[in-house]
Formats: sequence, structure tokens, C-alpha cells
Amino acid sequence: MPEADANREPSPPRPWSMLRTFHVAVDWCEPLVEWIIRICGWSAILFVFAIFFFVFREGSEMLLGGLDLKEFFTSPNWRPDSVVRPQYGILALLAGTISVTGLAMLIAVPLGLGAAVYVAEFAGPRSKETLKVVIELLAAIPSVVWGFIGYMVLGPIIIWATGAPVGINVLNGGIILALMSVPIIVSVSEDALRAVPDSYREAALALGASRWEIVSRVLFPAAKNGLLAAVLLGVGRAIGETMAVLMATGHAVQIPHSLLDPVRTLTATIAAELGETVSGEEHYGVLFVIGIVLFAIAFVVNLTADLVVKGIRGEKHD
Amino acid sequence: MSRCKLVVMICLPLFVVACLGCGTRRNNPNATGGSGSQQNTIRVEGSDTMVNLAQAWAEEYNKTHPEISIQVSGGGSGVGIASLIDGVADMANASRKMKAKELARAEENTGSRPQEIVVGLDALAVYVHKNNPLESISLPELAEIYGDGGKLESWSALGVDNVDCDSGEITRVSRQNNSGTYHYFREAVLGKQRDFKLGSIDQSGSKDVVALVSRTPCAIGYSGMGYKTDEIKWLKVSQEKGQPGVEPGVATAADGSYAISRPLQIYTLGEPTGALKDYIDWIMSDAGQQIVLDLGYVPVKMPGADAETKDADSAAKE
Repeated sequence: MPEADANREPSPPRPWSMLRTFHVAVDWCEPLVEWIIRICGWSAILFVFAIFFFVFREGSEMLLGGLDLKEFFTSPNWRPDSVVRPQYGILALLAGTISVTGLAMLIAVPLGLGAAVYVAEFAGPRSKETLKVVIELLAAIPSVVWGFIGYMVLGPIIIWATGAPVGINVLNGGIILALMSVPIIVSVSEDALRAVPDSYREAALALGASRWEIVSRVLFPAAKNGLLAAVLLGVGRAIGETMAVLMATGHAVQIPHSLLDPVRTLTATIAAELGETVSGEEHYGVLFVIGIVLFAIAFVVNLTADLVVKGIRGEKHD
Repeated sequence: MSRCKLVVMICLPLFVVACLGCGTRRNNPNATGGSGSQQNTIRVEGSDTMVNLAQAWAEEYNKTHPEISIQVSGGGSGVGIASLIDGVADMANASRKMKAKELARAEENTGSRPQEIVVGLDALAVYVHKNNPLESISLPELAEIYGDGGKLESWSALGVDNVDCDSGEITRVSRQNNSGTYHYFREAVLGKQRDFKLGSIDQSGSKDVVALVSRTPCAIGYSGMGYKTDEIKWLKVSQEKGQPGVEPGVATAADGSYAISRPLQIYTLGEPTGALKDYIDWIMSDAGQQIVLDLGYVPVKMPGADAETKDADSAAKE
């Protein structure tokens, strides 16, 4: 840019003058670019705090007064628009979120880690490249398309295979969320595995370890932090996902008794109901309190991850 | 020199963007109607059920008649009628008929008698899977299926052997609680003092209900009549158990014999004239009635040429 800028200088193009102009432009540009980059970096923090502030401001009124917190956490009755008495109990929604996310992780973690081990350690160069591209493609599918697949394709398959009365349920949501988090888990944990120095592998081979022993005894412990980060990123993706679960889980307020029961998640509730509520109204405030609950869950997950990672590091240093 | 250029190069795009941002803002309604000519403004008030419809009409009409400003607000049928009586609204939307007392008061207050124009019908059909042998259902039975504390949970309790449904349980499909259909169904079937039973599968759109029920042998659902497809079957509805059921249709909805329907009407003071008359004529035209159908209501005149419409029409005539 500055070069092009200098070229358009109307004064006769003498070499030294051009050089001088260029230098001036660079002198002027560099701090500017530096500042822009600095602002980009700090903006992340700014945005987090702004969102934090906004969600708390909207939810605080209900959180601090007005909302019966005991009922909020222990009642499975979510009836915000009841004609008898509005009830705001999120137990069933919480159970929905936990069951779907839990199932998704049960499927996605072994699948993702297995895929990462294969891609990083076993696959030949050609299949490795193909797999990586395809997995990245999987990550690029929009969540609404995933929801659509769950609703239209997976639902009938589940009915056919299990005899369940409806195909959109915990199982469906769990499988869809698992497929959505697998690409993240694979790519992050594959990076972690590849970051393990080759000397580790060579040393293990020299000691006569089999390939499986190298993976389970050497690579996994060495790449622990990265693998944990991968799993937690997957959990984060699964908990926060809205559109796919809204379509694939059935959106029914109940505590699930089996994998084949439809459920409703916290995120889907906010997505489905926020649009019609009036700012300042009770229902609106409660939806923001649910937002705060989701924030708290995310915070706990991240904090746990941090502590675990730090703990592992601490052990290493000893 | 180059510094100046750089500043200009950075500032100019920002300026242009800012200008574009200002330019895309909606025109201030006060600015366009500055002369205060009453002819060009139509004030519409009333039913919340119809507020989406009224807004859709206004938006579509404005595309061809930008000179007319249509101001739509909800608040309820009663509010709209009150405004009409006070002369504050030119047109009232009402999902109920005006009472004799209100008619008299309007005449006393304004000197002209309100004219009623039925613009559509809000009729819900009860849908089941096409292999479900059930033909007819009564309102009390529906209330026991959908209502809080209701006892009807299996198809056999309704006296049918729903062979395709392995579990034999009734899977309730409902709407999300921000939907007008949800509220109308609750009012018409469960009465004013009863909530829905939790655990129903809540879909976000009328079409989704039909799609899900058509793929689920155990399911029962409700949706606007206009959403009927060949893949699904609707039930005849009777007021009381043992009475013959009434087939949903334009004719039965219009004469009131079909239980879950109500006319949607517009009231004007005296015969509409000028811009108001043009607008109402347009509402009753194919274009206006197509919007009625698009929003899930039953048009009073089926707009031609649309395949889905013809299905609903012929089904209604059977």
C-alpha cells in the first residue's frame, strides 16, 4: 500500500526522493498498524465484558428479586405463559442440556481422539491429507443444516431402528452434536499429538514399545493438555449449540427417562422464546437469567480446564 | 503530502460507510406525512392474533402504494374496537364480533355504524398420521390429551387400534408458546383456566407440526387448515363425545359449525371510502388473501392457481 501510494506522488520520480517518501510513509504507518492490531487484541476483552454486562443488566432484576430461585433450579415446570400461574423451573431444561451434551461427548470424544490418533500417527501422507480436508469440511457445515439432517434424515432412521415413537429426541440431538464437535476435537487434538517431539517416539521405539504402547503410554501423557483442550472445546461447542438442538431434540419440556425421550435445552428455549417477549417483562428477564446460567456453566468448564491443565503442568515441573 | 493522502484514504471509506449507514435508515413517518393529510394515513388497531397479518398486508401494500402510510398496532380486539369508537383508529382488527352495545356506542359517538368485513378465518385442524384409524374426536377428549393433568395417554383409550404405533402412546405435538395458534388452541380446547400438559413436542411452525405428524404414527397435532397435505389426515371434531364430528373446511368454519374456528374481521366506521376502501378492496383481492393463507389462516376467498391451496379447497368441499 505505501509503495503504491508513493508511486502516485506527482513530483518527478527521483530515486532518493521516492525512498524518502516511502520511509516517511512507513514511519507513519507502523504505529498506526500497531495500534489497529492492539485494538483488535483488546477488543476481545471488551466484547466479553460488554456481553457480560448486558446479560447481567437484563437479568439482574429477576435474579436479585422477583425470581424464586429455589423453584427456578428445582422445578421441572417451565410454563412462562401459563393462564393459571407462570412457573419458571429450569430443571427439565437443564436435564435436557446435560443429557444431550453428555451423550454427544460420550460419542464424540472416543471418535474424535481415535480419528486424531489415526490421522497423526497411522495414516499415510495421502489419506492423511484427504482426511484432514474432509474433517475440516465437516466443521464448515452450518448448524441449521445439521439440525435439518437430524430432523429429516436421522429422525426416521431412529424410528426405524429403535421403534421409538418419535425420531427427534436425546439420541438424535446427541448424535448430531457429536458429529458437530468431532471436527474440533480431531483438529485440535491432532495438532497436540503432532506437537509431541519425534525424539519421544524414537526413544519409545528404541525401548521396544509397540505402536499402541507408544500412543497410549507416551503420546497421550505428553499431549494431555492439548487433548483436554480439544475435549473441552468440543463440550463448549455442544453446550452452546442452539439451532441444531432446537430442531433435533424435539423441544419438549420434560426430564428424559430414556435416550428416546424428546427434550428441550436451555439454549433452544432462549432462541425460541426471546423473540416474542417484551423487554422488561418477567419472562424476558428469566430468559436472561438462563443466559447467566449458561455463562456460569461455560465459566466452570473453562475454569476446570484451566485448573486441570495447570495441575498437569505443576506435576511436570516437580 | 503522502501523509495527507493516507489520512484521506482511511477517512474516505469510513465517511462513505457512515453515510451509507445513515442513508439506509427508514424514512421518518412524520417527515413523509408532514402536511398532515389524513387521506394518506390509515390507522389500524386491534387483535393481536391479526397483528402479523395486518403488518404483512401493510408491508405488501406499501410496495405498490408507497404514498399511503399504514400504521398498525395490536393491543387486542377490545382495544381496537374502543379506538374505533373513539375515532382514533380508521380500521379495527377483531378476532371476535362487535357486541350490540359497542355498535350502539360507536353510532352514538361518531354518527356512523361500524361495518363488518370478514377477511379470513382462524381455523385449526387436528392432524394425525394417515394410517391412524381414528376418524373423529371430541373437544373434551382433546382437552384430556393436551390439558394439564389430562388422563388420555394411549390410542386404545380413544377406542382405536393404532397398529403402526408400537408403543400405543399418544405423542402430543404442539407449538412453541410464542405462537398465536398455541394460544388459540389452548383457549378453544382447554378453556381459559387450563394449561397445556408439559412434555409435548413443541414445533416452531405450523408446517413443522404437519411434517412431523405425517412422519410419526403415534402423533397428534394441531395446525391451520391451510397446511393439509396428502401425507396427513385430519380428524372430524365434535363439541361433545358421541356427537357426529364436523369436517374442517371453509364452509363449516365460516358458519361456525366447526368447533375450532373463528372469523377474523375488520371494522370500519360506515362504508369505507377513498384510500381506506382501496386498501380493503386490495385485502379482499387475490394478493391480500394469499397473505391470509401464507400466515396460516383460512382465506374467505381462496386465491387461485396455487396447488396447495387447491388441495385445501377441494378437501374442504368434500
